[in-house]
Amino acid sequence: MPDYISHDHEHDGIDRRGFLQCMAWAGTGLLWTISGGVLASRTLAEIAKAGGSLPAATDLSFLQISDSHIGFNKEANKDVTETFKIALDRINAMPTPPAFLIHTGDITQLSKPEEFDTFDQVLKSCRTKDVFYVPGEHDVLNDGGKLYRDRYLKSVEAKGSGWYSFNKNGVHFIGLVNVVNLQAGGLGQLGDEQLEWLEADVKDLGSSTPIVVFAHIPLWAVYPQWGWGTSDSEQALGYLKRFGSLTVLNGHIHQVLQKVEGNVTFHTAMSTAFPQPAPGTAPSPGPMKVPAEQLRSLLGLTNVQYKQGKSALAVVDSNLS
Amino acid sequence: MITLTPKNKMAALLCSIVFLNLSLFALGGEVKNADNTKQNRIEIKDFAFNPQKITVKSGEKITWINHDEEPHTVVSVGKKFQRSSGLDTDQEFSIIAGAPGTYEYFCSVHPKMTGTIVVEK
Repeated sequence: MPDYISHDHEHDGIDRRGFLQCMAWAGTGLLWTISGGVLASRTLAEIAKAGGSLPAATDLSFLQISDSHIGFNKEANKDVTETFKIALDRINAMPTPPAFLIHTGDITQLSKPEEFDTFDQVLKSCRTKDVFYVPGEHDVLNDGGKLYRDRYLKSVEAKGSGWYSFNKNGVHFIGLVNVVNLQAGGLGQLGDEQLEWLEADVKDLGSSTPIVVFAHIPLWAVYPQWGWGTSDSEQALGYLKRFGSLTVLNGHIHQVLQKVEGNVTFHTAMSTAFPQPAPGTAPSPGPMKVPAEQLRSLLGLTNVQYKQGKSALAVVDSNLS
Repeated sequence: MITLTPKNKMAALLCSIVFLNLSLFALGGEVKNADNTKQNRIEIKDFAFNPQKITVKSGEKITWINHDEEPHTVVSVGKKFQRSSGLDTDQEFSIIAGAPGTYEYFCSVHPKMTGTIVVEK
């Protein structure tokens, strides 16, 4: 199967084959709507097998890792540090290293200093040194995120509970925090202060600037019954809808789900620790136990590539098996 | 038809008392401590507080225990009582019920999880 778009009649960056590939990337996930704006793909395994480098036309390649849950030691995965190491090994094996990593939260299981220490120690083995973080709810359990912020925001100009933005190769990246000050009965939440900041942050950007937003809890209503959504994400997306390319990367749900709406691609990543059930298929969204030989096929990471002039970014998942 | 004699009336009464106590124990909620003071237990399982609503007397102890593999917290809406830290699997958290009133609480990690404590005099 080719890794490029061969028929693009609508000039919207998608053909039938590309659509099917996109569904394949989503794996067991759900694809709700397709109305334009996807992508070219190449999995890490394919790149490694071919012994080649990333496509020459790629201007920027970065990796998303998520939900490492260092400290978790229950049946669903008794050695999450080991599977995190395997994920880093995969990154180190890439012929062309990614420019940087994005970690979309739940670094630890219980926000313990020794869990953060273990994560930091293991991460030292990664060839790619630049890492951008957003916190998960597991990282802000007892102190509202102070320990997390002290450790992981040194290279950015973070505001409030830890949100920030930066630019790379003409792409504007926005890291949002939707796991603090949550309200009883509610979902993930950004809050007024962060929303005001976001509106101001993108105000002066041209509409052709590609935008990548990353946050822990999905910024779309994946399954609100399980808390898999963000109550004020619509307002945030409202500030971003004028942009021609918007990619939203989330973690939290430990599985790949993708939705494309116009110029917006929503995507959730696998965990490096343990899988969680598909929405509504279990009594609760807790860790999912699978046979040991299946575990690594349900853990993974996400590669994102940006090509200048393309309307959308390629978002490709690969597992650890 | 069974006619209750004084003797089997007593047996039935004893049986029902035993059954009632077992029921209370099995359902969680209210059990007695060794010193006969009332203990109120709230089980956390499958991302829910059970019982979701509990009525206690002021001065009684309330204990939550987390049976999930996911950490949970107990946080008072409006900060009306001390919050728990993140409770790992099988970890407990207790408070002593204070002034009479209705107290709402939730899990700050999974805010869909909510509960109510009614404290009576």
